[in-house]
Amino acid sequence: MKPAPFQYHAPHSLADALSLLAEHGYDAKPLAGGQSLVPTMNFRLAQPGILVDLNHIPGLAYIRLGSDGDLHIGAMTRHSTVEQDLLVAQHAPLLHETMPHIAHRQIRNRGTIGGSLAHADPSAELPSVAVALHARFRLQSQTGERWVAAADFYQGLFTTDLTPEELLVEIVIPPLPARSGYAFDEVARRPGDYAMVGVAAIVILDAAGRCEEARLVYLSVGEGPVSATQAAAALKGRQPSPDLLAQVAEIAATDDIDPVADIHASAAYRRQLARVLAQRTLARAFERAAGQ
Amino acid sequence: MTTRYFGKPIRRNEDPRLLTGQALFTDDVELPGMLHAAFVRSDYAHAWLRGIDTSLARDLPGVVAIYTAADLGDYWQPGPLLVNPPPIKDLVFNTATQVPLARDKVRHAGEPIAIVVAESRYIAEDAVDLIFVDYDPLPAIVHLADALKPDASIIHDDLGTNLNAHVIQEKGNYAAAAAQADLVIKRHFDYDRGTAAAMENRGIVATWDAKSEQLTMWDTTQAPISIRNGLAGMLGLSERQVRVIAPFIGGGFGPKIMMFYPEEVLLSWITMRLNRPVKWIEDRRENFFATTQERGQVHEAEIALTRDGKVLGVKDVFLHDAGAYAPYGLTVPINSQCTLLGQYDVANYYTEFTSVFTNKPIVTPYRGAGRQHGVFVMERLLDFAARELGIDRAEIRRRNFIPPDAFPYSNDIIFQDFAPLVYDSGNYEPALDRVLEMIDYKHFIEVEQPRLRAEGKHVGLGLVTYVEGTGIGPYEGAKVTVEASGRVSVATGIGTQGQGHFTSFAQVVAEQLGVPVENIRLVTGDTSEFYWGAGTFASRGAVVAGNAIHAAAVAVRRKILDKASEELEVDPEDLELVDGVVQVKGVPASAIPLGELARRANPMRGAVKPGSEPGLEATDYFGPERGATASGVHAMIVEVDPETMMVQIKRHVVVHDCGTVINPMILEGQIQGGVAQGLGNAFYEQLHWDDNGQLLNASFMDFLLPTADTVPHVEMDHVVTPSPLNPLGIKGAGEAGAIPVAPLFAQAVEDALIDFDVELNEIPLSPNRLFELVAEARGLHGSES
Repeated sequence: MKPAPFQYHAPHSLADALSLLAEHGYDAKPLAGGQSLVPTMNFRLAQPGILVDLNHIPGLAYIRLGSDGDLHIGAMTRHSTVEQDLLVAQHAPLLHETMPHIAHRQIRNRGTIGGSLAHADPSAELPSVAVALHARFRLQSQTGERWVAAADFYQGLFTTDLTPEELLVEIVIPPLPARSGYAFDEVARRPGDYAMVGVAAIVILDAAGRCEEARLVYLSVGEGPVSATQAAAALKGRQPSPDLLAQVAEIAATDDIDPVADIHASAAYRRQLARVLAQRTLARAFERAAGQ
Repeated sequence: MTTRYFGKPIRRNEDPRLLTGQALFTDDVELPGMLHAAFVRSDYAHAWLRGIDTSLARDLPGVVAIYTAADLGDYWQPGPLLVNPPPIKDLVFNTATQVPLARDKVRHAGEPIAIVVAESRYIAEDAVDLIFVDYDPLPAIVHLADALKPDASIIHDDLGTNLNAHVIQEKGNYAAAAAQADLVIKRHFDYDRGTAAAMENRGIVATWDAKSEQLTMWDTTQAPISIRNGLAGMLGLSERQVRVIAPFIGGGFGPKIMMFYPEEVLLSWITMRLNRPVKWIEDRRENFFATTQERGQVHEAEIALTRDGKVLGVKDVFLHDAGAYAPYGLTVPINSQCTLLGQYDVANYYTEFTSVFTNKPIVTPYRGAGRQHGVFVMERLLDFAARELGIDRAEIRRRNFIPPDAFPYSNDIIFQDFAPLVYDSGNYEPALDRVLEMIDYKHFIEVEQPRLRAEGKHVGLGLVTYVEGTGIGPYEGAKVTVEASGRVSVATGIGTQGQGHFTSFAQVVAEQLGVPVENIRLVTGDTSEFYWGAGTFASRGAVVAGNAIHAAAVAVRRKILDKASEELEVDPEDLELVDGVVQVKGVPASAIPLGELARRANPMRGAVKPGSEPGLEATDYFGPERGATASGVHAMIVEVDPETMMVQIKRHVVVHDCGTVINPMILEGQIQGGVAQGLGNAFYEQLHWDDNGQLLNASFMDFLLPTADTVPHVEMDHVVTPSPLNPLGIKGAGEAGAIPVAPLFAQAVEDALIDFDVELNEIPLSPNRLFELVAEARGLHGSES
């Protein structure tokens, strides 16, 4: 399990990294935490000709609060830093709640938020959470930068809006409005495993306690983050109740997702988990929203 | 004799070396000029080989040599049949053993086709990618039931059949017993294949010294002496020219005693041809194909009982997956037959198996070695019988126990050591009673479970018993030497893979010689240190090597007493060995340090008396008449989330009887580890093959091992029924933790899901599978609740 031959570059500036990407295009692969890329290379499933190591570039790892209340996270920030960060806990509690579910501690110590988001593994937690949070990504290339909404960034299995010349450099998470609640949960065989199904839920109540907006974004049930839009629509304007949540969970599991089977879970079992997780996360999210 | 060392939870001698990274493992061996090997392994499970093109790879800079079967000439030979079929009437046996490199045909995915030797492993793997094999694919036999179909593709063409063996064994007359029975229960049981997944994969470093004409091989084998003997024969060398060293090994579990793995045969031959050291370290992906596996069996079984729960007879007919080759003969299915009846006195038993070749990796014994299947079938049958008859599950087991005065107890049928299956000793009720007490059985069943169920919690309990045939022959030996420093060295031929031999064997010696355990240095698994032996397998290390070491230590003790009695001019009876000295009892002033006595026994002047030997050293051997039967009882409490089918293990209790205990701490480690492996087998691990015989999950990402945070802390206690078959009274314990966990888990989960009316007759039981089984049960009962 040794990788195929490759050239290794370790630029010390973002400009140098972007210039290498511009020069080599599809043949180059940026290396962030390496927690997915390196095993894939060792299996020789990925054989990039050129590896551009981002770990020596200063200024790509940070967490700060913008004046507008947005949370800004540098793409090279390690999962464990995000997990332990107080600003994240305070301003993006859904992200905070999700972090311990990401792989194992050793992997979180090395893996980065930008690496995971750009890798677009359909079983990864962060893409679904970013979509649920209406996060925006800043993509940079030699010729400039552009912003993409998380929901538009994901285009399919391991496929994103990024061009080979671009790097994801920053994630911006807007604050949730008042009377909102959130929850993340997943079912994995063992702690740290890829989840068989996971879901991020956000609900926003109106002044009368009815559901003004709901977001329910699944992982591991499709080719990327899957938003349960019909379930969310069924919640709109309704007073949450256990019966309503059961109905909505059924819509999510039956109409919103079309999961496939793999060796760990059949499609029917995935629908069952999607149903259970919708009920459990929505219940917790509504409870939190009501408690605000 | 009061014991000072034997039986004490003494901390392990080897741990400082292991914990600080100072222990030598095979991959730590670095030699000047060393080359690295990598293999071209078959992409197909079953195919004719039409051609191998190595030309591009040969041109790659850094590639030193490439060999295919054609390059091996007469050295290409199928491996030996390690265990002949036992002498059973009307037995049918067709042999087919593994080859060093596939020649005309490949028979399982991952079977080696060519070996590349290069200046680095990286280059070797690059070259592997440049070798092109022309395959002509054949249909693969993946499912056991397909192997003997009339149109089945034949794996070993010379045999003309996929039948490996057919064996019937009988005790009493089952049919007559069933005719008398009040109740007969029949069930189908599936037990799927897994892999041992030792922490350290296999590895070999071989080096030929042309000037001294010596071959040295570091090998992650459980049987270095057998490997030496075999290699010497194959390579045309004297056994004295071959040194095999099995250094520290990160787990054996059985698969590291397959003989001979292609890599062992090839690396030794290649180093002699190239005159340079060669290293091959198996990677994790290779381990899923290149190391042997076990467990695939399908049983059709029935049990006949009286209405008060007395078992009149058992009938079991099963299919066994031999894999692509069967070098181990019938060891595994014979163990299944011979372990099924367990602790129960069953007068009538009909057992028949058919072993078939499949296009899957080779099957050899893996921790439990077929015992799991027998215990699974019997314990599940008893569960169903208890339910049908309205008898408590502990009670139905108790009513059928072999009584303590019935030992030695014969089950008549032939065991893996070719002798009739006789349990040497046992006392089963005290262990059952102790488990019931520890798990608070009555309170759980009568109070706790109803209370939790009323709260909507799905909690269940499992309770199973088992026996473990351990410590079989032929023999082991040991040499014990008191050195001039006063330290004691011990050499034995078996290898060590984490069992704590450096401590438990030292305790056996310490007990005889009165030397602290930390002053006893043990060497295992180096053929230059001890010439004779068989290996570490079948829970036999402590029993067979332990007693050999004991015998040698007793002989050294005698020499010490004789020599000291001469020196001190007192009767040996009046001497004692304490803290590294020999002295007149209670007279420390008379003490002679053992090192000093060793020097006097090896004098520079004067003479060693005729008929005596220099030094304080002895070599001795031990061969048991037959295996010693260990036993035990496990209980488990689980909680199941009925919406997700995720299972949480709340408690796991083991009461175990392996006779005399050398070191209870080491024993508990063995059992805890075995339980982890059993739990993996029951709940987490499954090899997923597609219909073409491709393994879909050859990595730890998708082959799920139990992890530290998913294995419960096992609560343990011991019952001691010494074996009469060896002086120390020891029975083996290596497989005890692993054997009964599958039926235990199935029973506990089934109990937790009692509302769902589901029967769990297969292993493994993933949450996904539990969900499917519950859905099926609902369908069958026509209920939507």
